[in-house]
Amino acid sequence: MVPAARALMLRRRGRNLFSKFLGTAATLFGLSWLVWILLVTLLNGARALGPHIFTEITPPPGAAGGLANALFGSFMMSLMGVAIGAPLGIAAGTYLSEFAERRPIWRESIRFVNDILLSAPSIVLGLFVYTIYVRQVGHFSGIAGALALSLIVLPVVVRTTDETLRLVPNMMREAALSLGIPRWKVTVQVLYRAALPGILTGVLLGLARITGETAPLLFTALNNQFWSNDLNGPTSSVPVVIFQFAMSPYDAWHSLAWAGAFVVTMVVLVLSVGARAFLLKNRMDSNA
Amino acid sequence: MAISSTAHSVAEPQRPSAPDRSAAETRQDALFRGLLFGAASLVLITLGGAALSMLWGGRLAFQTFGWHFIYSADWDPVGRHFGALVPIYGTLVSSAIAMIIAVPVSFGIALFLTEIAPGWLQGPIAAAIELLAGIPSIIYGMWGLFSFVPFMSDYVLPWINDHLGPLPWIGALFSGPPLGIGMLTAGIVLGIMVIPFISSVMRDVFRTVPAALKESAYALGSTTWEGVWKVVLPYTRSAVVGGIFLGLGRALGETMAVTFVLGNAHQLSASLLMPGNSIAATIANEFTEADSDIYLSSLIALGFLLFVVTLIVLTCARLLLYNLARREGR
Repeated sequence: MVPAARALMLRRRGRNLFSKFLGTAATLFGLSWLVWILLVTLLNGARALGPHIFTEITPPPGAAGGLANALFGSFMMSLMGVAIGAPLGIAAGTYLSEFAERRPIWRESIRFVNDILLSAPSIVLGLFVYTIYVRQVGHFSGIAGALALSLIVLPVVVRTTDETLRLVPNMMREAALSLGIPRWKVTVQVLYRAALPGILTGVLLGLARITGETAPLLFTALNNQFWSNDLNGPTSSVPVVIFQFAMSPYDAWHSLAWAGAFVVTMVVLVLSVGARAFLLKNRMDSNA
Repeated sequence: MAISSTAHSVAEPQRPSAPDRSAAETRQDALFRGLLFGAASLVLITLGGAALSMLWGGRLAFQTFGWHFIYSADWDPVGRHFGALVPIYGTLVSSAIAMIIAVPVSFGIALFLTEIAPGWLQGPIAAAIELLAGIPSIIYGMWGLFSFVPFMSDYVLPWINDHLGPLPWIGALFSGPPLGIGMLTAGIVLGIMVIPFISSVMRDVFRTVPAALKESAYALGSTTWEGVWKVVLPYTRSAVVGGIFLGLGRALGETMAVTFVLGNAHQLSASLLMPGNSIAATIANEFTEADSDIYLSSLIALGFLLFVVTLIVLTCARLLLYNLARREGR
């Protein structure tokens, strides 16, 4: 081979190898952060964890306590957020997939806006609920927090419902309609049954997303250092307590914040990994 | 004939008469469709309502300060004088640092996942990177404050101070006390947070490149890298930029993680090592302390500015990604 051509080939091979090295290094770089963050959270959290976390309420500085009230508040608000957001999201997703065929522009613009809402900053949704609800009612409340969370669940469920329904084979719709079944029954009894795993995955992913959500709760649910069953008043939540305690100068509060971080991380990991595994399993079953 | 009439007579008694049923069903269908339509409209109402309600909530600030609100660096709750320049500057600078880190790393990860990794490794690695997106922002914040900030102030920042600080021109960016909290730290944390979003879009669009195109490149003797750089990337350019914009939209609006590591200081400084503030962090930190109408209104006005900027960025992102989807469909 001519020396110049050989040099060129070597240079190209070298560049190729170098790019592969950089790509691998970038992946390791990304993964190392994941490992670092999870290790720090889980190790510190495990050290701070104990039964008192679940039985005692958040303490004043200098006293011992747990996170019971915050866990309860988070649980209730997440549940309500999903209870409000998921049905609306499923309905909207169904409309986009099944009932908007005569209005393609309208349909595409809703899809477009939904995609934007999906990545819109959550703090802005909190401000929205603050101005239209908290300010009008005159006080912070768990209900307002749940409303803010439902606005975060909504676009996630809209999108997954829309996408899974579109995957349902047209044959099913045609078969059901040819029996003379009205469309709403076709949708509820045939299409939803076929799309259930996908829709459920969307709801779980929505739940995972609001579990650690903090910013919108700051000006809707605020916080509450005592146990409260009244969702119409200020309500405590784990992420907001983590924020308050981690920023404080007290070691006992830091330790509780780590315990909260541990719980939140575990719940989010279980929900998001579980949702994906669930979907994967169902896809495999239906393929088999 | 006889057979069909028997069949009719058997079926007839169990059914309501045909016109009744169809009228009832038409009504039910219309009702159902109406309900679904209402839910779908809610998506539009939420976005529009959020923008309008914040414009309304911030009107006092906009009326009082006018354009001054955007370019004034005053933030004086006692004197009730508010300007958004410091938070706007902080948001833009920390997001810029985030993009400088996240874009090349995400490209590397997408390259690894589509061209380098063996098939059995692609799925698990992609899932692990996606997990990075699932970790709540408050966890990033806590980890940042208790683990990453000490790491920065002990190891990284002194080195930066010694080696980059004395340089002409850019030296001013990199000199200052190694506090750990500050623009640079916030930017790096943001960068890590948006890597999964950008890399998953890049990976997805790289996969849409028709095999025939890549095979022709290889048939001409190109290496993997040349195939990616000269065929895959030009083919997916607009969607790749869309993915980057999507990450930028995330970075601009990210709140809690930034609030923990940015330092909440209302001051403009050239150095990236100094504490600063961002729009989202200012709102999160000061909202419950706002003791006057104009203070509250200024914070909501900040939220409106943030919303408008992210809306523009995300719209660009979706339009760029949309083009690829349409080309796919054709």
